[in-house]
Amino acid sequence: MKKPGEFRVVNQSLPREDGVAKVSGSAIYASDIVLKGMAHAKLLRSPFAHARIAAIEASEAARQPGVFAVLTGGDLGALQPYYGHSVKDHPLLAIGTVRFLGEPVAAAIAEDERSAFEALEYVHVKYEELPAVMDVDAALADGAPLIHEAIHQDGAFRGFEEHRGAKSNICTAVHVEWGDIEAGFSKAAHVLEGEYYFPMAYAYAMEPYVAIADYNEKGLTVYSSAQHPFMVRHDLAAVFDLPLNRVRLVVPFVGGGYGSKSYTKIEPLVAACSWKAGRPVKLQLSVEEAFLTTRGDDARTWIRTGADSEGRLVARHAIIHMNTGAYAENSPLVAKKTANRIIGPYRIPNVKIDCYAVYTNTVPASSFRGFGAAPASFPAECQLEELAEKLGCDSVKFRLANLAERGESIHPGLRPLDADLKGDVRRLACTLEMDKPAPKGHGRALGCSASDAGSYPISSAIVQVYADDSVSVLSGSTELGQGSHTVLAQIAAEEMGVDLSKVRLVGSDTAIAPFERSTGASRTTTVMGRAVLEACREAIAQLLGMAAEVFGAKPEQVVEESGGVSFQGKRLTWGEVLHKYFRISDCNIIGRAYLRQAGDLAMLPPFWEIGCAGVEVAVDEETGVVRMEQLATVGDVGLAINPALAEGQDLGAATMGIGIGLFESLEYDGQQLANGSLLDYRVPRFSDLPRRVDLTLAQNQDGAGPYGAKGGGEGSLNPIPACVANAFYRAVGVRIRRLPLTPERVWRALKDRDK
Amino acid sequence: MKIAFVLNQQPVELEIEPCETLAETLRNRCGLTGLKVSCEVQVCGACTALVNGLPVSACTFLAYEARGREVTTIEGLAGKDGRLHPLQQAFVDEFALQCGFCTPGMILAAKSLLDENREPKDADIIAYMDGNICRCTGYLPIMNAIRRVAAVMRKRATGDDPTSARSADLGSR
Repeated sequence: MKKPGEFRVVNQSLPREDGVAKVSGSAIYASDIVLKGMAHAKLLRSPFAHARIAAIEASEAARQPGVFAVLTGGDLGALQPYYGHSVKDHPLLAIGTVRFLGEPVAAAIAEDERSAFEALEYVHVKYEELPAVMDVDAALADGAPLIHEAIHQDGAFRGFEEHRGAKSNICTAVHVEWGDIEAGFSKAAHVLEGEYYFPMAYAYAMEPYVAIADYNEKGLTVYSSAQHPFMVRHDLAAVFDLPLNRVRLVVPFVGGGYGSKSYTKIEPLVAACSWKAGRPVKLQLSVEEAFLTTRGDDARTWIRTGADSEGRLVARHAIIHMNTGAYAENSPLVAKKTANRIIGPYRIPNVKIDCYAVYTNTVPASSFRGFGAAPASFPAECQLEELAEKLGCDSVKFRLANLAERGESIHPGLRPLDADLKGDVRRLACTLEMDKPAPKGHGRALGCSASDAGSYPISSAIVQVYADDSVSVLSGSTELGQGSHTVLAQIAAEEMGVDLSKVRLVGSDTAIAPFERSTGASRTTTVMGRAVLEACREAIAQLLGMAAEVFGAKPEQVVEESGGVSFQGKRLTWGEVLHKYFRISDCNIIGRAYLRQAGDLAMLPPFWEIGCAGVEVAVDEETGVVRMEQLATVGDVGLAINPALAEGQDLGAATMGIGIGLFESLEYDGQQLANGSLLDYRVPRFSDLPRRVDLTLAQNQDGAGPYGAKGGGEGSLNPIPACVANAFYRAVGVRIRRLPLTPERVWRALKDRDK
Repeated sequence: MKIAFVLNQQPVELEIEPCETLAETLRNRCGLTGLKVSCEVQVCGACTALVNGLPVSACTFLAYEARGREVTTIEGLAGKDGRLHPLQQAFVDEFALQCGFCTPGMILAAKSLLDENREPKDADIIAYMDGNICRCTGYLPIMNAIRRVAAVMRKRATGDDPTSARSADLGSR
């Protein structure tokens, strides 16, 4: 394998493929698309958290000027209106019951947005309010009202659930266990237990959800801001009973995702609007509506960890309750991942984890950058720090003593760890000067995490090589800002031996690009990157055969070179081979690759995503304001295909972690989301930038991806909320087990300390 | 109602609704979709446009208020020859964008800052740019892009570097 320094295009911080389009305003997002004859939809939303819909009268609304149609739950009888990739519990529009305040109840479709909006006033809905359960305790109480009375059908990715809302509000229960938990704790010299709360976070992708659907006799075409177009295609095909080849998803640039645009969101509803109105329909949500569409699961975790007298971890028991909201969405998988990720990258011989995703009458929760890793790392890394203190041991040394080595199993049945985490931690400790005392009122902490990332390694790619030596890559990965278009093009340029400018990335369109499972779980570079590399190799194999014929040589006599082939001192570029072989100057051939869970990718996960980051905070004891003095990350990505992009992911992810650590939290006031607007939901701003930032990369080429690469993008978020709480403790000696550390919470905790 | 204003140095005359926002006018009537709408409550800065050189949130700024004024959007920033404005080039060179949704507003706010203050200190940049949210980058690359253009402008002003601040002079990463 080539090493850093030997690459021509890869491992270089080359400019983004989409950079010029994005700075000049010419980059097209789904919200910018206008179709001929397109109508606009607006949604009427439930004013109750839980209610029966006794009646809907929409005929007056349908008669308003400019209105084409009004869609309600009663119109959906001809469709299969429930979707959900793990549990099909989500109606595309409320049918008979509303389960959270803000759930869509009716859609008005009109010639412009204003007419649609005004028509909603004439939709008359009679509700019979039902008792609502607004948090996990209420949902699990004896005699709690059931949010889902029916057992819903399994989705395409069934298998996670033990319960599906039947006779209980538990959506999913996940159990992870090995060793003997009782025996483990009996060997412990020191045991700590505690309860921690990780807040309900909102991803705030700046582009709110948008989709344009065109349902006609030929099938269904949808332009959307979706991260996973192929999964949306699957759900739409099921809702409308269409063959896969009649459903086309086109995803242009996406204005941020962070997991919030994964899986199916508004697409079935917009498609149903087009189906009812008989014309293309656009539905552009506002950010306030996006707050009512998806959020992250908040989690309450009871955790108990024991260490022996030599400071070795011997047992961990955790019970996690996640507030999943009204519909399952991706929470069953998030719960599974949370249960796996609370173990961390440590050697723990006895483990018992029980994780429950619980339905409540709140906005449905789903994926959020890191998929349960931050909610799991927060209690795990805080308790580790507390345990180190109890043992009288330096917390960095405590971690080093318990971290698994590369190649060691941290989770029976999963791929052994593919990273040198000890090396990463040592480096980070050095950057943060953990061995030196922090100034008064300051505190430092580092943390680490390992996530079973990459999802399933099912990806395919097509590489077209043209007779003019240009190359295009057809990939179903979506460009969310993470830089996948650039990275995939760099891989193709490296393999085909051409300049990056010669490679064109043809983006996400299910009618053009071959199957790609998803763009999430940090998988694109590793899994799609490898598919692109293998498709290049497959094209080259064909080209070598053609070259032999062109040269009049035997196949084994021609020699592959970068960008072409030679025989007895004569050299041809790939384009020249094609020109001579086909005797035409503008032809092209197709190389392809299909990856599946087989060979060296048979064992899951495809890679472990490493989080290794730390902070220094300063606490203003008078105001309770916590300020970031330093942020340091080690991006353990195997090999950075584009180092600047990899570091950019680390800083962006860590900044989200800082937001959750310090101020991000959705708050319910009774049935109502109290801060569902950017006026009230606080995200990091320029002035929150840490005073010092140190981004470094660990490039040990130990991943399963191209040239030893493995994914990043979530890792640097995962340990940060715990780091913030741990650094805060070191600064002021107060342990807060509930995030975020808002000035009020900090101020009150400091007052209690001083009592 | 009819209004006239100067849009990206071209005079325009448009029929608009009295309640229409500048964002609606620019995106829907003028086809300038480089202007992005996000929070709609004047918090995020994604919809920033320049009116008489000063940044406004087009999501809440009535189009009517633009009458007789000069409006600049991201589409009006590059030179006539298509060459990027130094800030646009610096955003590319410094990797100061990811999803790109905040980028047009961010660049216009930064332009307004540099028009007003040719030698901004870091604290000035932070204070001026605090009304523009980026959810992807963590801000530091944006800060570096603005610092870079400011440094070139400073050099030019002090005569250390007589060349223009066009991309070629900004050096590569």
